Amino acid sequence: MTGMPDKNNLPLLKVQNLSKFFGKHIGCYDINFELSPGEVIGVVGESGSGKSTLLNCIAGKTQPTNGAVFFNSSDGYIDLCMSDEAQLRKISRTQTGFVTQNSRDGLRMGISAGGNIGERLMANGMRNYSQIRKIALKWLETVEIDPARIDDLPETFSGGMQQRLQIAANLVTEPKIMLMDEPTSGLDVSVQARLIDVLRKLVSRLNLSMVLVTHDLAVARLMCHRLYVMKNGKIIESGLSDQILDDPRKPYTQLLVSSVLKP
Amino acid sequence: MSHQYNFAYLDEQSKKMIRRTMLKAIAIPGFQVPFGGREMPLPYGWGTGGIQLTAAILGKTDTLKVIDQGSDDTVNAISIKTFFKTTADIAVTESTKDATIIQTRHRIPETPLRKGQIIVFQVPIPEPLQFIEPRRRETAKMHAYQEYGAMYVKLYEDIATYGRIATAFDYPVQVNHRYIMSPSPIPKYDNPKLNQSPAIHFFGAGREKRIYAVPPFTDVKSLDFEDHPFELESWNEPCSICGSTISFLDEIITDDEGTRLFICSDTEYCQKRSQGVGS
Repeated sequence: MTGMPDKNNLPLLKVQNLSKFFGKHIGCYDINFELSPGEVIGVVGESGSGKSTLLNCIAGKTQPTNGAVFFNSSDGYIDLCMSDEAQLRKISRTQTGFVTQNSRDGLRMGISAGGNIGERLMANGMRNYSQIRKIALKWLETVEIDPARIDDLPETFSGGMQQRLQIAANLVTEPKIMLMDEPTSGLDVSVQARLIDVLRKLVSRLNLSMVLVTHDLAVARLMCHRLYVMKNGKIIESGLSDQILDDPRKPYTQLLVSSVLKP
Repeated sequence: MSHQYNFAYLDEQSKKMIRRTMLKAIAIPGFQVPFGGREMPLPYGWGTGGIQLTAAILGKTDTLKVIDQGSDDTVNAISIKTFFKTTADIAVTESTKDATIIQTRHRIPETPLRKGQIIVFQVPIPEPLQFIEPRRRETAKMHAYQEYGAMYVKLYEDIATYGRIATAFDYPVQVNHRYIMSPSPIPKYDNPKLNQSPAIHFFGAGREKRIYAVPPFTDVKSLDFEDHPFELESWNEPCSICGSTISFLDEIITDDEGTRLFICSDTEYCQKRSQGVGS
């Protein structure tokens, strides 16, 4: 990915000693990383390695057992693990976005595409119909959905379109961070390519920061500046994407990289 | 008076519990307070919530008026009136002015309510956010944190589909600048009557077991968009019985040729007016 992250700014997100246990079972353990503005971080690993648990802890959807997630909000650093629910919900509808693997979880299927995009605007106090409409149309165009479909239900959209709609519905309030949980899984390769294309454009245009959880190494290489490899809830290797994927050091990472099917 | 039942059917403990819930509802305008709804001798959807509230606040000297869709003499209204006449031996009336308690389904009387009157609404669906967010846990949080964007999504969808806010009844309101409330299924025509009304408004949902209230002299604002303001229904013709141009009209089809008639939905108002004109 082109364009290096801005090093002059303070990190947007500081994850410190983050752990989550489910009873005796480890969700994720002692996770540390920082995310700079404009940076895309990839978290890769096999199913059950704790990637999604980590993301849910950062998003405030799961309360971690231990550790802290400092978010550089407009009021300075806030520990998301210590903040109350009202504050968390406010941050998650203004300053962070969350894209789920299954778009049904992130969209309201019975509400039109325009309504889905408009919800965040209305939640933040916008009360002007034409203005909401105008912004919704602009965002549909940005994520390459035909604006004529603004009044259609997401149910009538293809899987790839639903994912792009979900991204638009999140980006409409211009959040600082996008958290993505396997946004490309379940899509066929050409649709995947288009989604990645849209995402890359958005990252470079909006200077968007992203934490991308994926098990797809090809997506990780295309999207991410840095990669974290997780296994059994722990980060076992981290570094620049190309470095990790071309020259993996840990045996597990080597296995992971060599397991990718090549046509 | 029948001596088989306690005064106003419900036992005193139940009435006390309901009154306590009602006080809480009055204290937090527009907030839905759960209560231990009792089984009533009629099916859910026929006004079990409203009847329980009326039973709880009814005193020996009260005068009760019951209306159903504005009418004093439909089955539902007559049955409920008879029910309380039998179990509480109280006076009933059709006159809004003379009533101390008015139980209603779907309307607020055209005659303005006065200080000291209590109006009890029968509510089928108390949760205004339900159609957008079916999870009760989530709607409770949305109310708690005043996250009302989703409610506007419903109005947005209306405009996107019909070009205007097509919601004509059960039109969501914000009470006392805080809670969003579903004003039972009254037509939106009646929404402005809730605003700064001198009477007490209680809403009882029997099946959902919830009570909420609008205290006297409380701000009640119908939700809208800046560029699509809240509008009242209007009719092209006056009531064909009393000639009123300022009341809520029902459309009645009178034959197979599609002949239509518009008459006041509030029968008492219509009757008083036509008598006044006649005499």
